[in-house]
Amino acid sequence: MKFALIADEVRVSIDSDSDIVAARQKGRELAAQCGFPSTDLAVVATAISELARNIVRYAVRGEIILRLIDDNGRRGVEVVATDDGPGIPDVTLAMQDGYSTSGSLGLGLPGVRRLMDEFEISSDFGKGTTVTARKWKR
Amino acid sequence: MQVPILKQGAYLIATVQSALTDEDLKQLRDTLVERVSVVRARGVIVDVTALDVIDSFATRTLRDVAHMIRLRGAETVIVGIQPEVAFSMVKLGLTLEGVATSLDLEEGLAYLDRKGKGPGHEVRTHR
Ligand SMILES: Nc1ncnc2c1ncn2[C@@H]1O[C@H](COP(=O)(O)OP(=O)(O)OP(=O)(O)O)[C@@H](O)[C@H]1O
Ligand SMILES: [Mg+2]
Repeated sequence: MKFALIADEVRVSIDSDSDIVAARQKGRELAAQCGFPSTDLAVVATAISELARNIVRYAVRGEIILRLIDDNGRRGVEVVATDDGPGIPDVTLAMQDGYSTSGSLGLGLPGVRRLMDEFEISSDFGKGTTVTARKWKR
Repeated sequence: MQVPILKQGAYLIATVQSALTDEDLKQLRDTLVERVSVVRARGVIVDVTALDVIDSFATRTLRDVAHMIRLRGAETVIVGIQPEVAFSMVKLGLTLEGVATSLDLEEGLAYLDRKGKGPGHEVRTHR
């Protein structure tokens, strides 16, 4: 791993509606522990909500892993959303505002990238998707 | 998590008490659309002060509520969106276009009162 882990990671398995709420509440708690300002608590919680919903909607089940991280004294929260679902055939397309295969708004992935400081996505068509996003304490 | 809905005069007031799942949101939408006809409400207020996240699904559902209720001839106003929630919504790219919003319950009621007196609502106020 690239960054030092401050505390034990929190894993939330995602396979229903209520797990989306649970994951974002855990994320908010963790970010609060880290001393994030309230605006960023909402930002982190909203990003988790979008990633968790994508898991439920497109991959049926998966996991959200939350970590408090440290990069030479700079603290942050890392959110990993991972699943073994169908994967995304064209990631570039999926990252565009308004692109949705479910008739939704198509704002989740590009929105999470805007909300967070760092964003990585890897998806193997047929094998699953992993999104890693980080928010640093300002 | 049930959202209590109170009738106050010609208005329905739904006050969200805690985080809502997607299923809760859909249920709130369906209940409001149904109740507005049953009680012949002229306005609906959805108080979301307690929500710490309004993501894409919540936004879409709130927008649907407002549009469906307008088709039933009543007005909806969303009140109490917290500043940090508004910030995240804008970053995400979410808008509540075509949906009335107010700072709080009091402002929301004042908005509905004004709307009810508008020329477009003559028919309704004289009923
Ligand atoms: N975990 C995933 N597994 C498989 N496909 C996914 C996953 N996440 C996203 N996608 C695909 O990427 C597209 C874009 O995702 P994004 O979250 O941006 O929009 P959306 O979910 O369609 O709409 P919104 O999030 O605005 O409700 C989705 O329509 C879907 O096809
Ligand atoms: Mg999405």
